[in-house]
Amino acid sequence: MVRYIAVKLLYMLLTLFILATATFFLMKVIPGNPFLGEKKLPTEIYNNIMEKYGFDQPLYKQYLTYMNNLIHFDLGTSMRATHLTVNSIIQQSFTNSAKLGIVAIIVSVIVGIGLGIVSALYHSKAIDHFTSIVAVIGVSIPSFVIGPLLQYFFGVKLGWFHVAGLKEPLDYIMPTISLAALPIAFIARLTRSNMIEVMNADYIRTAKSKGLAKSFIIHRHALRNAILPVVTYLGPMTANIITGSVIVESIFGISGLGKYFVLSVSNRDYTVIMGVTLFYASILMIARFCTDVAYVFIDPRIKLAGREGNG
Amino acid sequence: MASFTPDPMRAHSTPIFKPDDFKDVDKNHSSGPEMQRESISAWRDVWLRLKSNKMAMFWLAVLFIIVIMSLVGPLLTPFNFRTNDLLNTNKPPSSEHWFGTDDLGRDMFERTWMGATISLRVGLFAALIDLFIGVIYGGVMGYFGGRIDEIMNRAAEILYSIPSLLIIILLVVVMQPSLFTIILALGITGWVNMAWIVRGQIMQLKNQDYVLASRSLGAGSARIIFRHLIPNTIGPILVTLMLTVPSAIFAEAFLSFLGLGVQSPAASWGTMIADARSSMTVFPWRLFFPAIFISVTMLAFNLFGDGLRDAFDPKLRK
Repeated sequence: MVRYIAVKLLYMLLTLFILATATFFLMKVIPGNPFLGEKKLPTEIYNNIMEKYGFDQPLYKQYLTYMNNLIHFDLGTSMRATHLTVNSIIQQSFTNSAKLGIVAIIVSVIVGIGLGIVSALYHSKAIDHFTSIVAVIGVSIPSFVIGPLLQYFFGVKLGWFHVAGLKEPLDYIMPTISLAALPIAFIARLTRSNMIEVMNADYIRTAKSKGLAKSFIIHRHALRNAILPVVTYLGPMTANIITGSVIVESIFGISGLGKYFVLSVSNRDYTVIMGVTLFYASILMIARFCTDVAYVFIDPRIKLAGREGNG
Repeated sequence: MASFTPDPMRAHSTPIFKPDDFKDVDKNHSSGPEMQRESISAWRDVWLRLKSNKMAMFWLAVLFIIVIMSLVGPLLTPFNFRTNDLLNTNKPPSSEHWFGTDDLGRDMFERTWMGATISLRVGLFAALIDLFIGVIYGGVMGYFGGRIDEIMNRAAEILYSIPSLLIIILLVVVMQPSLFTIILALGITGWVNMAWIVRGQIMQLKNQDYVLASRSLGAGSARIIFRHLIPNTIGPILVTLMLTVPSAIFAEAFLSFLGLGVQSPAASWGTMIADARSSMTVFPWRLFFPAIFISVTMLAFNLFGDGLRDAFDPKLRK
């Protein structure tokens, strides 16, 4: 068990290291830098800036400094908002993203599992068809389509919610729907097919023939095994929520990290782009790691040596 | 004196079988139990199952229409996607401009089908990349196994564990935003899933008894790969391809929506939606048309892909 965790941790760090190296050299490949262009800066000022960001150093030195800073969790200074460090930008803007993301994850899990179970229990009934429609829509309609459509109908036409912003609790509804549609679809599908499989398993038949109440069987036997695989979806779901938040925050004017990321991409603020990329990747790695470890605890059948699934 | 001991040499002089006991048979002749019904090839079987799935056939027809319209649509009106007409900006749909015009007076009908062309092209390239990199990489992993598999698998895992849209965004930042950049970026990240599916399939197949039988009859690696392993993997490959397309379409529209993809005057559904957002309260049709078309296209690929999966593997249907 300890070995398993250690190996997973090692791969996590290796992945982050590769990503950091790759982003560093990718950003160095770009001809010029953000300070060239626009207005021609006086040579002295330009040289000063180069010195401040260490651009006058040879490449390998820049790389070593960058890596050294990373180890100390220092992501550098923004190249646009020069008074801000990337750390402080992340700190400030991630609060909103995290709030929205966590709400979306909770809603996805509850609604997804709920829909999945209900549609499995009422297999081929109306509610089942409804769920499969929801699932297909969630998978097929991108968040940047759902968002503006919600804004148009519920924000503008019906006036139920504010079109943008995240000030009141009600403001969470539309961004959450846009963010959670995809994960809900996945979880509902997953839960449904697992539940159907479990309900046909021998031990459920045994339980039924013992004369146990249906609600007890579902509660005690079926549910536990059916929602188990949902845990594996935690990693991909985090990835979906992160990519989704980039779009959804821009659409709903939420000043979160996603919106800032897009802004820094169009501003070519390289240090922020690198920092936020690594930050996102770390969150994702941590989510994956938790999934792997949690799964071993939950499901004793899992082989420790085995690779995680494709999820 | 006659000897009673059997003499094997005598068998030659008095044969047990006479020449007319044997009949010359044409080498193409096959004999065996008579067929009770027509033999159905695997492909025909898949097609029959697919054909009986109304849902899948409906969405196949929708896909067909979208493909045809992306080619023919632009020819149906006298306009084109790039000409500005500043006297006719933001016109609602009419008999002249079927889908209305945008803020520069460009015909939305033309631009919508231009968007379809771009989406389909991205989908096609993503599928090709899947087919070449994914299938070969996965095939090598699965067939050779062992150390090679382990190393290649780790590499794929590392690539997979980074959100692909982050890689794509990084690449687009480094290179100029264009359709080519998007396709390249998709090529770097998109094939891992396919590789794993092929790997799993090949690993499972190569230990099957009929492969062993073939090998013991003297078949070489090449024959086993091309005769047994690949044909039996085509089903999952096709299904994965069909499901790769909508995610590639999503990625392109996502980037274009953020301004990191296709640049004006070319029209992508992503840029059209992004452009329409600022004025959607007044000119909602500019939002509706690209929104409807991208959703329907992705829906069609997803649902047809599901139908295809059921047709290839009826056991999976639930």
